[in-house]
Amino acid sequence: MSDNPFSLWVYLSQSPLLWLTVTLLTYAIADAVSLATHRHPLANPVLHSMWIIGAFLLLTGTSYTTYFGGAQFVHFLLGPATVALAVPLYENRKVVAAAILPMLVALVVGSITAIVSVVLLAQAAGLPRAIILSLAPKSVTAGVAMGISESLHADPSLTAVAVVLTGIMGAIIVTPLMNRARITDFRARGFAVGLAAHGIGTARAFQVDAVAGVFAGIAMSLNALVTSLLVPIAVTFLIR
Amino acid sequence: MIASLSLILLCQLVGEVVVRGLNLPMPGPVIGLLLLLVLLLARDRFAVLARGPLQGPLQADVVEGASRGLLAHLSLLFIPAGVGVVQKLDLLAEHGIAILLILLASVVITLLMTVATFLLASRLLARGEDRP
Repeated sequence: MSDNPFSLWVYLSQSPLLWLTVTLLTYAIADAVSLATHRHPLANPVLHSMWIIGAFLLLTGTSYTTYFGGAQFVHFLLGPATVALAVPLYENRKVVAAAILPMLVALVVGSITAIVSVVLLAQAAGLPRAIILSLAPKSVTAGVAMGISESLHADPSLTAVAVVLTGIMGAIIVTPLMNRARITDFRARGFAVGLAAHGIGTARAFQVDAVAGVFAGIAMSLNALVTSLLVPIAVTFLIR
Repeated sequence: MIASLSLILLCQLVGEVVVRGLNLPMPGPVIGLLLLLVLLLARDRFAVLARGPLQGPLQADVVEGASRGLLAHLSLLFIPAGVGVVQKLDLLAEHGIAILLILLASVVITLLMTVATFLLASRLLARGEDRP
């Protein structure tokens, strides 16, 4: 045991153990609350974990770098989870093959819409060029978007924040929006949320409907491909 | 569990090697996804592949189970990147409202355009056929 509680804190706050535990524990509680509210869109576990952990870091004066030293083990799993999307894709291959053409058309239209809408709106709002460039790839999954942002000499850490905010808003809004628009085709609903709101939207889609989840996963993977090709082109045409 | 996780990591590793080696503009895990999908499809055709983590969905320790485990808590994996918002508080104080409104408008427009295109395309293509 440490003779002084402060030195124990100094030790723990530098170790990955504390920040990994904080991340998992906060998520476990946020997820239990989300389950207790029957997966209400506003009880989104990512949203609530984010502000609780963020507030905890600010209150304890911990830097994000220190936090990430522990949380990186969770962050790393984004890659293997993308690979794992092959399994639901394989299990639903017949449904997917039957809808391959509508998917490809929706992919191109949706991907262009996601980039062009954010760039035009940001220009209209008069945001600085560096911020506009960082927002452009916000609809693809974090790792890919940060790579695109880096290649544009924008700010990858701002891109990561824009990506997560987009994902949370997409996941919160998709169910009420689609219900109001009276869209009952869960393939289309899933595809839209996976394209617009990547993994957080896909996680939401899996909560609502298995087929929606599969289509969201496909949209998310395909959009990662298309957006990395389109953003550099869109930027040369739209931003001068 | 270990064999299944190794298979998933191996697919990702091969994906990264291919992407870096050929200078492709896509993320490595997406190639890994395609690779695992091809393996699963090949297993159904060639019995010789149906062993270890690929022995089939009814076995205890297979890649299907490990993948479901990873995907069950996909949202958890975004939290470390999301907490990065604490580094951007000064920028958000200045432009936060504008950025939030822009992202919100863009995500709503994207959702509606994508869903409308998907439905329109599948209706046009399914004309005369039975709807699935």
